[in-house]
Amino acid sequence: MSEEVIVNSPPSAGPVKHEDLALLNQVAKLAPGDSHLEMCIQCGTCGGSCPSASAMDHTPRAIFAMLRAGMRDEVLKSNTPWMCVSCYYCTVRCPQDIHITDIMYTLKNMSLKSKMVQDSTASDFSRTFIRYVENYGRSFEIGLAGIQNVTHLRLATRLPNMAPMALGMLTKKGMSPFPPKRIKGMDGLKKILKRAKEMEAA
Amino acid sequence: MSEYLFYPGCSMESSAKAYYHSVMSVCKTMDIQLKEIDDWNCCGATEYLSLELTPAYALIARNLALAEQQANGSKTVVAPCSACYLNLSKADHYMHENKAFGEKINTALAAGGMHYDPGELVVRHLLDVVINEIGLDKIKEKVVKPLTGLRVAPYVGCMLPRPDYNNRYSDNEHPYELDDLMRALGAEVIDFPLKTACCGGHMTQIGPGTAFELIRRLISSADDYKADVLVALCPMCQMNLDAFQGQMNGYFHTNYHMPILFFTQLMGLAFGEKPENLGFGSEFVSAHEAMKRIGIKTPVLEPTKPAAKKPAGLPMPPPRPRSGEKVNIGSEEASQ
Repeated sequence: MSEEVIVNSPPSAGPVKHEDLALLNQVAKLAPGDSHLEMCIQCGTCGGSCPSASAMDHTPRAIFAMLRAGMRDEVLKSNTPWMCVSCYYCTVRCPQDIHITDIMYTLKNMSLKSKMVQDSTASDFSRTFIRYVENYGRSFEIGLAGIQNVTHLRLATRLPNMAPMALGMLTKKGMSPFPPKRIKGMDGLKKILKRAKEMEAA
Repeated sequence: MSEYLFYPGCSMESSAKAYYHSVMSVCKTMDIQLKEIDDWNCCGATEYLSLELTPAYALIARNLALAEQQANGSKTVVAPCSACYLNLSKADHYMHENKAFGEKINTALAAGGMHYDPGELVVRHLLDVVINEIGLDKIKEKVVKPLTGLRVAPYVGCMLPRPDYNNRYSDNEHPYELDDLMRALGAEVIDFPLKTACCGGHMTQIGPGTAFELIRRLISSADDYKADVLVALCPMCQMNLDAFQGQMNGYFHTNYHMPILFFTQLMGLAFGEKPENLGFGSEFVSAHEAMKRIGIKTPVLEPTKPAAKKPAGLPMPPPRPRSGEKVNIGSEEASQ
C-alpha cells in the first residue's frame, strides 16, 4: 500500500497510489442501486459501443481505469459524462453488468458539486430545463431552446437556419411561446424538492 | 375495455400534439381507456439526473405517488414517450431494488405529504400495451384501410429496449415489435439496421455537430433502404429527425427528404381515421407525397415563409425608369 507506482496517466497527474479505491468506492456508493462499478475488466466494449465517443476526451473504459487509479480531478474535469447521450448501449453490452449510464449521471453530479465542470454548455442546458420544472412543474421547450441558443450556440450566426424552424414550431406544431400552466400541487412539489436537495447536500 | 393510468408527458402538450391526437384516436378504436394522472409533473427527462440525484428521483416519484393514489382498478401506468417511460420505470426499479434508496426518496416525498410503495405500479410504454395486451390479431381485425405499398422504416430508439428492466422487448438492440405492428397494418417493413441507434437526444442543443451526424446516419440508412417514411415512438426522436432534418441537410450538404411520423399516426390511418384528426401536416418534412403514393391525401400546412426581406440601405424612392422602359414595380412578384 505504501509503495507508490506510476501508472499510465497524463504527466500533470503525477504519481498515483496503486489500490487507492476511495474514489471508486465513493462513486459506487453515490450511484443508485448496485452499479457493479468495481467489476470492470477494461474490455472497452463501452467505448466501442458509444455513439458520441468521438466527442469525448476519455472513453468510458479509460474513465473507469482512472477512477480505480484515484485520479479525481482528471475524471471530474473530463467532458466524457457530459457527452453521454443516455442511449444505454454500453449498459446492455457490458459483460460485467455495470450500470454505465447511471455512473455517468453520478459523475456529472459530482463534477458539478465540486465545481470542476470545464465547459458549461451541457450543464447550463440541464439547469435551464430544470429551472422551468422547479417553477411550473412542467418543462418549456421553446423557452429552453431560446435561452440555450442565445447563451451557448451563437444564435446570431445561425439565425438564418433557426428562424424558419422557430416559426415552424409556433405555426405548424402549434407550440405556445408562453411558459406552461403551473401544476396545482406546485407548493407540495417545491417542498419535496427542497427536502430532497437538503438530503443531497448532507 | 381495458383501462390504464396515463402519463402523457410535457411534449404531448407542446411539440408532439400530433402524437397526442393520434394516441387518443387509436386508443378509442382499440377500446383502451386512458385515465390521465391528475396533476402530473415533468419527469425531468435526462436533465435532472445530470444535476442532482435525490431531487431528480423525487420529482419522478411524485408522479408514481399520484398514480398510486388515483389507481382505481388498473395499476398499470402507460407512457407514450420513451424518456418518460424509462424515468418512471427506473425510479420504480431502483426504489424497489435498493430499500435504503427507496426510503430516502420517500422521506423527500413526505415533505409534500406523499408516499410511493415501490413495486406497486407497472410502468409500460404504449407500444408494449398494444402488442402484448391488445395483440396483433385484434389489431388486424381493426384494419379497414391497409397501408399496402408503403415502405416503412421502424425506428424504436434507445430508451424503450434499453435497459429494459422487466424484459418486455424481444431484444435490446433489434426488437421486432414495431416491425410486427407495421406489418399488421399492411405496410411493407424494411429491415432497418439502425432501429435502436441514438437520435442525438439533447445533443442538438449541446453539440449540434455530434447530433447532426447521429441524425444523418439514421436518415441516410432509411433512405438507402428506400423507405417512404420512418416511424418513431418517442417525441424526442421525432423532433430530432424531423425538425432538425433541414439543418442536418445544410450541415452535410445533403438533400434528404424523409418524413418522420409517429407509429400511432399510421395506425390511425389503417383504422380508417381521417388524417386531419391524426395530426398530419404538423411535420416539418411533409409526408404528403409519400402518403399520396398509396392513395391517402394528408393535409399540407403552408410552409412558413420567412419575413420579406427589407431592401438594404435607406428608404429611397424606386429608381426612375429610363425612357422607353415599362414601369412594372410590384407586378413582378404577382406574375410568378
